[in-house]
Amino acid sequence: MISFETPKPIKNMVMMVQTVAENMMRPVSRHFDDHEHEIPWDYINFMHDSMKQLGSPTGSEPEKKEGADEQKKDRPSIYFQRTAHLVEMLSWGDTGLYLNTPVGMLGTAAVRATGTPEQKKRFLRNILGEKPTLDAMAMTEPHAGSEMPSQTRTTAVRDGDEWVLNGEKIFVTAGHKALVDTEGFVVIWATIDPSAGRAGVRPFVVEAGTPGCSVTKLEHKLGIRASDTATIVLQDCRIPFDNILGSPDVKKKTTKGFKGAMATFDASRPFVAASALGIARAALEFLTEKVGDEGIEIRYGLPRSRMTNLEREIIDMKVMLRSAWLITLKAVWMMDEKIPNNLEASMAKVRAGDVCVKITQRAVELLGPLGYSKEHLLEKWFRDAKINDLYEGTGQINRLIIARRILDYTRHELS
Amino acid sequence: MYSFEPTEEQRMLMDATKRFAEKELQPAAHDADEEREFPISLIEKGWELGVLQASIPEEYGGFGERSAVTGILAGEELGWGDLTAAMAIMAPAMYVIPILVGGTEEQKKSLIPPIIEAEWKPNVAAYVEPRFDFYPLEMTSTATKAGDEYVLQGEKSMVPFAHIAESFLVFASLEGKTQAFVVPSQTEGLVVGERESLLGIQALPTYKLSLNDVRIPAESRIGGEDGFDVQPVIDASNLATAALAVGLSRAAYEYSRDYAKEREAFGGPIAQKQTIAFMLAEMATEIESIRLMVWEAAWKLDAGKDASKTAYLALMGASDMAMMVTDRAVQILGGFGYIREYPTERWMRNGRGIPNFVGLTMV
Repeated sequence: MISFETPKPIKNMVMMVQTVAENMMRPVSRHFDDHEHEIPWDYINFMHDSMKQLGSPTGSEPEKKEGADEQKKDRPSIYFQRTAHLVEMLSWGDTGLYLNTPVGMLGTAAVRATGTPEQKKRFLRNILGEKPTLDAMAMTEPHAGSEMPSQTRTTAVRDGDEWVLNGEKIFVTAGHKALVDTEGFVVIWATIDPSAGRAGVRPFVVEAGTPGCSVTKLEHKLGIRASDTATIVLQDCRIPFDNILGSPDVKKKTTKGFKGAMATFDASRPFVAASALGIARAALEFLTEKVGDEGIEIRYGLPRSRMTNLEREIIDMKVMLRSAWLITLKAVWMMDEKIPNNLEASMAKVRAGDVCVKITQRAVELLGPLGYSKEHLLEKWFRDAKINDLYEGTGQINRLIIARRILDYTRHELS
Repeated sequence: MYSFEPTEEQRMLMDATKRFAEKELQPAAHDADEEREFPISLIEKGWELGVLQASIPEEYGGFGERSAVTGILAGEELGWGDLTAAMAIMAPAMYVIPILVGGTEEQKKSLIPPIIEAEWKPNVAAYVEPRFDFYPLEMTSTATKAGDEYVLQGEKSMVPFAHIAESFLVFASLEGKTQAFVVPSQTEGLVVGERESLLGIQALPTYKLSLNDVRIPAESRIGGEDGFDVQPVIDASNLATAALAVGLSRAAYEYSRDYAKEREAFGGPIAQKQTIAFMLAEMATEIESIRLMVWEAAWKLDAGKDASKTAYLALMGASDMAMMVTDRAVQILGGFGYIREYPTERWMRNGRGIPNFVGLTMV
């Protein structure tokens, strides 16, 4: 039965996380925007401790206990729905800081989407362990972004019980924190057969402290400055043979690696959407609050001919925000229900990417000097928002994915 | 708990409605638009699907309970078939739903079953007024109490089937509050005007209606002496209109998608060009996300929550969606899109009216 009732555990969590956003994030937003690459240890440690207490990591799904399966049958999982709400609220607090949440991020998502049960246990063991750790995923290379992973030049060559990795990865979100500042890991997509195109690509786990793996550059960005975006260079970087995610059968030229990458994106895109919508909501709330301070009330129910321009703008934004949130919610609900969500994940990503950019742009415009001033955070949100239309697949690559789905075309038929 | 899965019964009604829409409505839509009339036999057949009846409790002659969710799910399928036919089939809802929502027990028992239990009968509402800024909470038609009668004055427009309606539910302002009154068609002072010519929904016969000192007994007022709150009626109407818009947009999107896969240019199907493919991807995304807003508003209504704002936002979104999607459908067909032999121009004309159709359909 169709229902939009937010489950009670989620409601409670959202209330708690809002307190965190208001007290731990908003007050330091400006500082970490002004001091790019300074590490927000207070936030990281606080989140580590409280999430540990709460026992609700975003990254690693709670281990299923034997016998618990049958009990659970009647109660469908809300794990991903809860995560989407969490991400939305943390991004409402501050997106840059949210990207430093030590609860298992993109690296974890890749391990979960592609690893064996044994690998999940091994690589995710440190998440919410004694000390906070971050993780990352390295896909993009200097010569190719959306065309990855088929254009992968980073290589993995087997040498006995080890893999030897060589190559350069750029735009690795939280790469420095995963490899240098904490004892985390990075999932590196590399090819075991450069002649095989995307069929040769596999994910490998490189843990912090592995010789031959170094962070060589940190980008200076338009927004999300509290989050580091790293370049990682692999120079004869040796990792254990078992660090290849998924089946170690590397002889067959399958597109398993590619599919694993795509599965990772199906799983991560709705959360980028949720993050985008957290910023959008913050901006829209700020706009309505400032307008409200001037005694201007936004009236609902009027025909367009009776609205003020401000009412029309705000009502349009509300429609954008809510509809984008609902498609996001559907995409994560499908994950919980174990329904393939490739189409909906990309739809959520496209819509939320558009919506957060539009809403923040318009809010800055409508608030004039207030919107443009660094006295307020709105101008920062405008800068932060744009990343959501870029990372985890640009709006264009996601349109392409949607189009292939709805037209029933292969990548050869539509590129 | 969130869920995006309709119930088994809802699925069955959706499937039956879709089959009917595909087999009967879509093939008839072109000629109906040209001839400005939908075959009455098809309207009667559509009525037998029981979309409205399923939303009326048994005690009032229906076979279900009021469910806006069920209504919008079936409504989308009807709108997908043909907007005009959907509005014709559902026309009695304009009359029945406000009575169900705001009527006294006696009014519900006496007025609803004769319509719900019978074959399709166009008892309709006189709701819209011919003003550019028509707003249902500030009607210009007036009702005045005079002894144990009410006197109605004003001008109405877009009243469907006024020429054959047995009875009207007339909405008018009583001391600044919008109220509804049952007015049999033979009542003195009630003058059915000319049939209107409209940009779209041409197969739906709509009329102007003049109220010249129309006197009706006090018990004709919906909700009795205390009247009723019109807001839930507005919500039901916003929702139903939005659901039809989703259906209409889906039809236009699917048609242009299929066309794009067939039509060749520069050595292959135009759907293989990003410029077309991206348009379609955006249309699909728009429809899916606005549909969920309609679902949410309907769910709120059924759950007894305040659905007014959500339903209004859903209609605002649906109105823009209908224009965006139908305009692009015409565009994808190029010159053919503009030709009346193809359905896209009709969808575009019909789609432009979405915000004007409030009050003409309800769930």
